[in-house]
Amino acid sequence: MNQPDVLAAVLEAVAEFNEDLDEDKKLDLTPETRLLGKSSKLDSFGLVNLIIVVEEKLYDKFDKSITLADERAMSQEHSPFRSVQALSEYAYTLLSEN
Amino acid sequence: MPDSVMLITGARKGIGRALAETYTERGWRVIGCSRQESEYLHTNYRHFVLDVSDQAAVRTMMTSIRNGEGRLDALINNAGIASMNAALLTPLDSARRVIETNVLGTFLFCQEAARLMQKNRFGRIVNFTTVAVPFYLEGEAIYAASKAAVESLTRILARELANHGITVNAIGPTPIQTDLLRGVPYEKIEKILARQSIPRMGEPRDVVNAIDFFLRAESDFITGQVIYLGGVS
Repeated sequence: MNQPDVLAAVLEAVAEFNEDLDEDKKLDLTPETRLLGKSSKLDSFGLVNLIIVVEEKLYDKFDKSITLADERAMSQEHSPFRSVQALSEYAYTLLSEN
Repeated sequence: MPDSVMLITGARKGIGRALAETYTERGWRVIGCSRQESEYLHTNYRHFVLDVSDQAAVRTMMTSIRNGEGRLDALINNAGIASMNAALLTPLDSARRVIETNVLGTFLFCQEAARLMQKNRFGRIVNFTTVAVPFYLEGEAIYAASKAAVESLTRILARELANHGITVNAIGPTPIQTDLLRGVPYEKIEKILARQSIPRMGEPRDVVNAIDFFLRAESDFITGQVIYLGGVS
Protein backbone atom coordinates (compact mmCIF):
# COMPACT_ATOMS: atom_id res chain seq x y z
CA MET A 1 0.00 0.00 0.00
CA ASN A 2 1.32 3.43 -0.92
CA GLN A 3 -0.03 6.94 -1.14
CA PRO A 4 -1.27 6.66 -4.77
CA ASP A 5 -3.14 3.42 -3.85
CA VAL A 6 -4.95 5.23 -1.07
CA LEU A 7 -5.74 8.22 -3.29
CA ALA A 8 -7.14 5.84 -5.91
CA ALA A 9 -9.31 4.15 -3.26
CA VAL A 10 -10.60 7.49 -1.99
CA LEU A 11 -11.45 8.56 -5.54
CA GLU A 12 -13.22 5.24 -6.05
CA ALA A 13 -15.24 5.95 -2.90
CA VAL A 14 -16.11 9.43 -4.19
CA ALA A 15 -17.31 7.90 -7.46
CA GLU A 16 -19.47 5.47 -5.50
CA PHE A 17 -20.77 8.31 -3.32
CA ASN A 18 -21.65 10.28 -6.49
CA GLU A 19 -23.92 7.49 -7.71
CA ASP A 20 -26.67 8.55 -5.30
CA LEU A 21 -26.41 12.26 -6.08
CA ASP A 22 -28.15 14.52 -8.58
CA GLU A 23 -25.94 15.62 -11.48
CA ASP A 24 -25.34 19.12 -10.09
CA LYS A 25 -24.33 17.75 -6.68
CA LYS A 26 -21.75 15.26 -7.92
CA LEU A 27 -18.16 15.81 -6.83
CA ASP A 28 -15.37 16.09 -9.38
CA LEU A 29 -13.16 13.02 -9.39
CA THR A 30 -9.92 14.89 -8.87
CA PRO A 31 -7.51 15.20 -5.92
CA GLU A 32 -8.15 18.96 -5.81
CA THR A 33 -11.90 18.60 -5.22
CA ARG A 34 -12.88 20.62 -2.16
CA LEU A 35 -14.84 18.81 0.55
CA LEU A 36 -15.19 21.69 3.03
CA GLY A 37 -15.92 25.38 2.74
CA LYS A 38 -17.85 27.60 0.38
CA SER A 39 -16.40 26.06 -2.77
CA SER A 40 -17.48 22.56 -1.71
CA LYS A 41 -20.68 21.02 -2.99
CA LEU A 42 -21.04 19.09 0.25
CA ASP A 43 -23.07 20.11 3.26
CA SER A 44 -22.21 18.64 6.70
CA PHE A 45 -24.65 15.78 6.15
CA GLY A 46 -23.00 14.97 2.82
CA LEU A 47 -19.53 15.07 4.34
CA VAL A 48 -20.55 12.58 7.05
CA ASN A 49 -21.94 10.26 4.38
CA LEU A 50 -18.81 10.57 2.25
CA ILE A 51 -16.55 9.76 5.22
CA ILE A 52 -18.59 6.62 5.90
CA VAL A 53 -18.21 5.49 2.27
CA VAL A 54 -14.47 6.24 2.29
CA GLU A 55 -13.90 4.31 5.54
CA GLU A 56 -15.73 1.30 4.10
CA LYS A 57 -13.79 1.48 0.85
CA LEU A 58 -10.46 1.61 2.70
CA TYR A 59 -11.49 -1.36 4.80
CA ASP A 60 -12.46 -3.34 1.70
CA LYS A 61 -9.23 -2.45 -0.11
CA PHE A 62 -6.67 -2.68 2.68
CA ASP A 63 -8.45 -4.77 5.32
CA LYS A 64 -7.85 -2.13 7.97
CA SER A 65 -10.49 -0.37 9.98
CA ILE A 66 -9.74 3.29 10.62
CA THR A 67 -11.71 6.19 12.03
CA LEU A 68 -11.14 9.26 9.89
CA ALA A 69 -13.05 11.72 12.04
CA ASP A 70 -11.01 11.13 15.19
CA GLU A 71 -9.84 13.70 17.73
CA ARG A 72 -6.55 14.08 15.92
CA ALA A 73 -8.31 15.00 12.69
CA MET A 74 -10.36 17.62 14.50
CA SER A 75 -7.32 19.19 16.12
CA GLN A 76 -5.20 19.52 12.97
CA GLU A 77 -4.36 23.04 11.92
CA HIS A 78 -5.37 22.22 8.35
CA SER A 79 -8.43 20.01 8.25
CA PRO A 80 -7.84 16.65 6.56
CA PHE A 81 -11.33 17.02 5.14
CA ARG A 82 -10.55 20.12 3.09
CA SER A 83 -9.94 18.19 -0.15
CA VAL A 84 -9.80 14.70 -1.62
CA GLN A 85 -5.99 14.91 -1.65
CA ALA A 86 -5.80 15.97 2.02
CA LEU A 87 -8.25 13.25 3.00
CA SER A 88 -6.26 10.57 1.21
CA GLU A 89 -3.02 11.77 2.80
CA TYR A 90 -4.58 11.64 6.25
CA ALA A 91 -6.06 8.20 5.52
CA TYR A 92 -2.64 6.99 4.38
CA THR A 93 -1.11 8.17 7.66
CA LEU A 94 -3.75 6.32 9.70
CA LEU A 95 -3.49 3.17 7.59
CA SER A 96 0.29 3.16 7.92
CA GLU A 97 0.03 3.38 11.71
CA ASN A 98 -2.66 0.73 11.93
CA MET B 1 -41.38 -7.51 6.69
CA PRO B 2 -40.26 -10.86 5.29
CA ASP B 3 -36.65 -11.07 4.07
CA SER B 4 -35.76 -7.98 6.03
CA VAL B 5 -32.71 -8.20 8.24
CA MET B 6 -32.79 -7.61 11.99
CA LEU B 7 -29.92 -7.48 14.46
CA ILE B 8 -30.65 -8.27 18.11
CA THR B 9 -28.05 -7.79 20.85
CA GLY B 10 -28.16 -9.99 23.93
CA ALA B 11 -30.03 -12.61 21.92
CA ARG B 12 -28.91 -15.74 23.77
CA LYS B 13 -31.51 -15.69 26.54
CA GLY B 14 -34.37 -13.80 28.13
CA ILE B 15 -36.16 -11.15 26.11
CA GLY B 16 -33.51 -11.19 23.39
CA ARG B 17 -34.01 -14.90 22.80
CA ALA B 18 -37.80 -14.46 22.74
CA LEU B 19 -37.42 -11.67 20.19
CA ALA B 20 -35.06 -13.77 18.05
CA GLU B 21 -37.56 -16.63 17.98
CA THR B 22 -40.52 -14.36 17.28
CA TYR B 23 -38.99 -12.53 14.36
CA THR B 24 -37.31 -15.53 12.72
CA GLU B 25 -40.68 -17.29 12.81
CA ARG B 26 -42.21 -14.27 11.12
CA GLY B 27 -39.73 -14.50 8.24
CA TRP B 28 -37.11 -11.96 9.26
CA ARG B 29 -33.48 -12.88 8.75
CA VAL B 30 -32.23 -12.40 12.29
CA ILE B 31 -28.66 -11.94 13.43
CA GLY B 32 -28.11 -12.25 17.14
CA CYS B 33 -25.11 -11.69 19.33
CA SER B 34 -24.11 -12.27 22.91
CA ARG B 35 -21.04 -13.01 24.98
CA GLN B 36 -21.69 -16.74 24.75
CA GLU B 37 -22.81 -19.17 22.06
CA SER B 38 -26.54 -19.51 21.49
CA GLU B 39 -28.35 -22.82 21.44
CA TYR B 40 -31.06 -21.42 19.20
CA LEU B 41 -30.98 -22.98 15.75
CA HIS B 42 -33.11 -21.77 12.85
CA THR B 43 -32.45 -21.43 9.13
CA ASN B 44 -33.17 -17.69 9.41
CA TYR B 45 -30.92 -17.21 12.43
CA ARG B 46 -27.20 -16.55 12.73
CA HIS B 47 -25.33 -15.90 15.96
CA PHE B 48 -22.13 -14.00 16.74
CA VAL B 49 -20.20 -14.27 20.00
CA LEU B 50 -18.91 -10.89 21.12
CA ASP B 51 -18.91 -8.24 23.79
CA VAL B 52 -21.17 -5.37 22.71
CA SER B 53 -18.62 -2.77 23.81
CA ASP B 54 -15.76 -4.34 21.79
CA GLN B 55 -15.52 -2.03 18.78
CA ALA B 56 -13.24 -4.27 16.73
CA ALA B 57 -15.48 -7.31 17.19
CA VAL B 58 -18.63 -5.31 16.44
CA ARG B 59 -17.09 -3.86 13.29
CA THR B 60 -16.06 -7.32 12.10
CA MET B 61 -19.61 -8.55 12.61
CA MET B 62 -21.05 -5.56 10.77
CA THR B 63 -18.70 -6.17 7.85
CA SER B 64 -19.90 -9.75 7.77
CA ILE B 65 -23.54 -8.55 7.71
CA ARG B 66 -22.72 -6.02 5.00
CA ASN B 67 -21.02 -8.64 2.84
CA GLY B 68 -23.46 -11.46 3.61
CA GLU B 69 -26.86 -9.77 3.85
CA GLY B 70 -26.07 -6.53 2.09
CA ARG B 71 -28.50 -4.64 4.28
CA LEU B 72 -29.78 -4.04 7.78
CA ASP B 73 -33.36 -2.96 8.43
CA ALA B 74 -33.72 -3.12 12.20
CA LEU B 75 -31.53 -3.04 15.27
CA ILE B 76 -32.90 -4.12 18.63
CA ASN B 77 -30.42 -2.95 21.25
CA ASN B 78 -31.53 -5.36 23.94
CA ALA B 79 -28.22 -6.30 25.59
CA GLY B 80 -27.92 -4.92 29.08
CA ILE B 81 -26.66 -5.70 32.52
CA ALA B 82 -27.82 -4.54 35.91
CA SER B 83 -26.01 -4.00 39.16
CA MET B 84 -28.36 -3.81 42.08
CA ASN B 85 -26.52 -2.45 45.03
CA ALA B 86 -26.57 0.47 47.43
CA ALA B 87 -24.78 3.37 45.75
CA LEU B 88 -22.36 3.63 48.66
CA LEU B 89 -21.33 0.01 48.25
CA THR B 90 -21.18 -0.31 44.45
CA PRO B 91 -17.63 -1.20 43.31
CA LEU B 92 -16.35 1.12 40.59
CA ASP B 93 -15.58 -1.87 38.38
CA SER B 94 -19.24 -2.93 38.49
CA ALA B 95 -20.32 0.60 37.62
CA ARG B 96 -17.85 0.69 34.74
CA ARG B 97 -19.12 -2.61 33.34
CA VAL B 98 -22.72 -1.40 33.43
CA ILE B 99 -21.82 1.84 31.64
CA GLU B 100 -19.72 0.02 29.05
CA THR B 101 -22.39 -2.50 28.18
CA ASN B 102 -25.52 -0.38 28.49
CA VAL B 103 -24.29 2.99 27.23
CA LEU B 104 -21.22 2.42 25.09
CA GLY B 105 -22.58 -0.86 23.71
CA THR B 106 -25.85 0.80 22.71
CA PHE B 107 -24.02 3.77 21.20
CA LEU B 108 -21.58 1.59 19.26
CA PHE B 109 -24.34 -0.56 17.78
CA CYS B 110 -26.43 2.48 16.85
CA GLN B 111 -23.40 3.98 15.12
CA GLU B 112 -22.37 0.87 13.22
CA ALA B 113 -25.93 -0.16 12.35
CA ALA B 114 -26.84 3.30 11.09
CA ARG B 115 -23.86 3.22 8.73
CA LEU B 116 -25.31 0.12 7.13
CA MET B 117 -28.92 1.29 7.25
CA GLN B 118 -28.26 4.64 5.62
CA LYS B 119 -27.31 2.90 2.36
CA ASN B 120 -31.00 2.06 1.87
CA ARG B 121 -32.23 5.28 3.46
CA PHE B 122 -34.22 3.12 5.85
CA GLY B 123 -33.76 1.77 9.33
CA ARG B 124 -35.47 1.15 12.62
CA ILE B 125 -33.48 1.27 15.84
CA VAL B 126 -35.10 0.27 19.11
CA ASN B 127 -33.11 0.83 22.30
CA PHE B 128 -33.88 -0.52 25.75
CA THR B 129 -34.43 1.63 28.80
CA THR B 130 -36.28 0.69 32.00
CA VAL B 131 -38.98 1.90 34.35
CA ALA B 132 -36.17 2.26 36.90
CA VAL B 133 -35.43 5.63 35.22
CA PRO B 134 -38.76 7.40 35.92
CA PHE B 135 -39.14 5.53 39.24
CA TYR B 136 -35.72 6.67 40.54
CA LEU B 137 -35.34 3.26 42.16
CA GLU B 138 -33.10 3.00 45.20
CA GLY B 139 -30.35 0.45 44.68
CA GLU B 140 -30.36 1.00 40.92
CA ALA B 141 -28.31 4.21 40.73
CA ILE B 142 -25.81 3.09 38.11
CA TYR B 143 -28.27 0.92 36.17
CA ALA B 144 -30.89 3.68 36.02
CA ALA B 145 -28.25 6.31 35.19
CA SER B 146 -26.97 4.15 32.33
CA LYS B 147 -30.50 3.78 30.96
CA ALA B 148 -31.17 7.50 31.36
CA ALA B 149 -28.13 7.95 29.12
CA VAL B 150 -29.68 5.52 26.64
CA GLU B 151 -32.80 7.69 26.58
CA SER B 152 -30.71 10.78 25.80
CA LEU B 153 -28.84 8.89 23.10
CA THR B 154 -32.16 7.79 21.64
CA ARG B 155 -33.53 11.33 21.43
CA ILE B 156 -30.38 12.88 20.00
CA LEU B 157 -29.67 10.07 17.51
CA ALA B 158 -33.29 10.37 16.38
CA ARG B 159 -32.48 13.91 15.26
CA GLU B 160 -29.11 13.08 13.75
CA LEU B 161 -30.35 10.07 11.82
CA ALA B 162 -33.71 11.40 10.65
CA ASN B 163 -32.21 12.60 7.37
CA HIS B 164 -30.99 9.07 6.73
CA GLY B 165 -34.52 7.63 6.96
CA ILE B 166 -33.68 5.97 10.26
CA THR B 167 -35.95 6.17 13.29
CA VAL B 168 -34.59 5.72 16.81
CA ASN B 169 -36.94 4.91 19.67
CA ALA B 170 -36.78 3.18 23.02
CA ILE B 171 -38.89 0.83 25.04
CA GLY B 172 -38.87 0.76 28.84
CA PRO B 173 -40.08 -2.57 30.14
CA THR B 174 -41.44 -3.16 33.61
CA PRO B 175 -39.97 -6.12 35.51
CA ILE B 176 -40.10 -9.27 33.35
CA GLN B 177 -39.10 -12.68 34.67
CA THR B 178 -35.58 -12.99 33.25
CA ASP B 179 -32.06 -13.48 34.60
CA LEU B 180 -31.79 -9.72 35.04
CA LEU B 181 -34.18 -10.04 37.99
CA ARG B 182 -32.30 -12.95 39.51
CA GLY B 183 -31.44 -12.05 43.07
CA VAL B 184 -33.94 -9.18 43.28
CA PRO B 185 -36.15 -9.87 46.32
CA TYR B 186 -39.79 -10.46 45.38
CA GLU B 187 -40.95 -7.80 47.86
CA LYS B 188 -38.96 -5.23 45.90
CA ILE B 189 -40.51 -6.35 42.62
CA GLU B 190 -43.97 -6.18 44.21
CA LYS B 191 -43.29 -2.59 45.25
CA ILE B 192 -42.34 -1.68 41.69
CA LEU B 193 -45.43 -3.38 40.29
CA ALA B 194 -47.60 -1.45 42.75
CA ARG B 195 -46.35 1.83 41.25
CA GLN B 196 -47.39 0.85 37.71
CA SER B 197 -50.80 1.83 36.31
CA ILE B 198 -51.25 -1.83 35.39
CA PRO B 199 -49.68 -3.74 38.29
CA ARG B 200 -48.52 -6.98 36.69
CA MET B 201 -45.22 -8.45 35.54
CA GLY B 202 -44.39 -7.79 31.91
CA GLU B 203 -44.24 -10.57 29.33
CA PRO B 204 -42.03 -10.84 26.24
CA ARG B 205 -45.19 -10.39 24.14
CA ASP B 206 -45.61 -6.89 25.65
CA VAL B 207 -42.13 -6.00 24.43
CA VAL B 208 -42.80 -7.51 21.00
CA ASN B 209 -45.98 -5.46 20.71
CA ALA B 210 -44.19 -2.16 21.35
CA ILE B 211 -41.34 -3.11 19.02
CA ASP B 212 -43.84 -4.06 16.31
CA PHE B 213 -45.21 -0.55 16.50
CA PHE B 214 -41.79 1.02 16.04
CA LEU B 215 -40.93 -1.35 13.18
CA ARG B 216 -44.04 -0.69 11.11
CA ALA B 217 -43.45 1.06 7.79
CA GLU B 218 -46.21 3.48 8.83
CA SER B 219 -44.15 4.49 11.89
CA ASP B 220 -41.76 6.57 9.79
CA PHE B 221 -43.02 9.70 11.59
CA ILE B 222 -42.34 8.22 15.05
CA THR B 223 -38.84 8.85 16.34
CA GLY B 224 -37.07 9.91 19.54
CA GLN B 225 -39.85 8.39 21.64
CA VAL B 226 -39.67 6.34 24.80
CA ILE B 227 -42.54 3.98 25.55
CA TYR B 228 -42.72 2.57 29.06
CA LEU B 229 -44.81 -0.52 29.57
CA GLY B 230 -47.38 -0.93 32.34
CA GLY B 231 -48.67 2.62 32.19
CA VAL B 232 -45.53 4.08 33.71
CA SER B 233 -44.72 7.67 32.81
